Amino acid sequence: MVGPENHADTFLIGGRAYRSRLLVGTGKYRDFAETSAAIEASGAEIVTVAIRRVNIGQNPNEPNLLGVLPPSKFTILPNTAGCYTAQEAVRTCRLARELLDGHPLVKLEVLSDDATLFPNMPETIIAAKELVADGFQVMVYCSDDPIQAKVLEEIGCVAVMPLASLIGSGMGILNPWNLQIIIDRANVPVLVDAGIGTASDAAIAMELGCDGVLMNTAIAKASNPILMASAMKKAVEAGREAFLAGRMPKKIYQATPSSPVGDLIGTK
Amino acid sequence: MLTLQINGEQKQFPADFNLAALVNTLPLSGKRFAIELNGEIVPKGSHATTRLQDGDKLEVVVAVGGG
Repeated sequence: MVGPENHADTFLIGGRAYRSRLLVGTGKYRDFAETSAAIEASGAEIVTVAIRRVNIGQNPNEPNLLGVLPPSKFTILPNTAGCYTAQEAVRTCRLARELLDGHPLVKLEVLSDDATLFPNMPETIIAAKELVADGFQVMVYCSDDPIQAKVLEEIGCVAVMPLASLIGSGMGILNPWNLQIIIDRANVPVLVDAGIGTASDAAIAMELGCDGVLMNTAIAKASNPILMASAMKKAVEAGREAFLAGRMPKKIYQATPSSPVGDLIGTK
Repeated sequence: MLTLQINGEQKQFPADFNLAALVNTLPLSGKRFAIELNGEIVPKGSHATTRLQDGDKLEVVVAVGGG
């Protein structure tokens, strides 16, 4: 039997094996000390960052995110957050690759509008094609449409990352059935990205058979981000083990009690 | 004098200025960064040999917190 301790349960992204199935963002924390402590508690090996203009003329001693999260210790996953066209997203990825000395892994997200931050799938597909052709390993934020997810896989993306609900909404998994179809059909890792609110949401994603979960706000905007990071770590592990264990079938009612039916006291 | 546009801001620099010299004036010490010159990435190895011209537009980026 495979027990939880002796089972090396890793998943592959871009040819590299990872143990932690919890990927975390680095935005919205109070300061880098909190970012660092929360990420430590989460056990994450892959952390997302954004690429932005440096504030010229500002304090030269401004703290440095990659000083706190060194690429020697974490896999840095630069995102294209804030991009609304394929062209902007591709440009951002190229800058990220230069910044990270040729590291080809990126999180592609092309957004539709700033109210919903819903993925813009036509632009996402254009950008994915261009990035894959240029040698990037693309983890792609996408709608929970199984057909679009398959299209992105066929383009050559290394992981598809459908939303559970809108970015930053904390609404949890709104359409587990679509996620199930995506997981059933995918030949690349499927990670739920966006919408996780609390630990049970992460566990449900993993119980569905997701390969991992990516979140930021659920941890950073918890009242105690470090404790929530720890909770998320356990939820992802628990959900994964429950998926591997294979849950019992659901029945509306159960005719076989867990305790013996015979030898009850007071019977003849 | 050179007028360069860096991250959308106009800045004056001495004539005969290269990209490596410009980098030394920016708050990038100890940071990983990447630079686009007029829309094209300039690899780190080429900064010292990249002469800047009046009117050049530069984007200088770093990694920040994000999801």
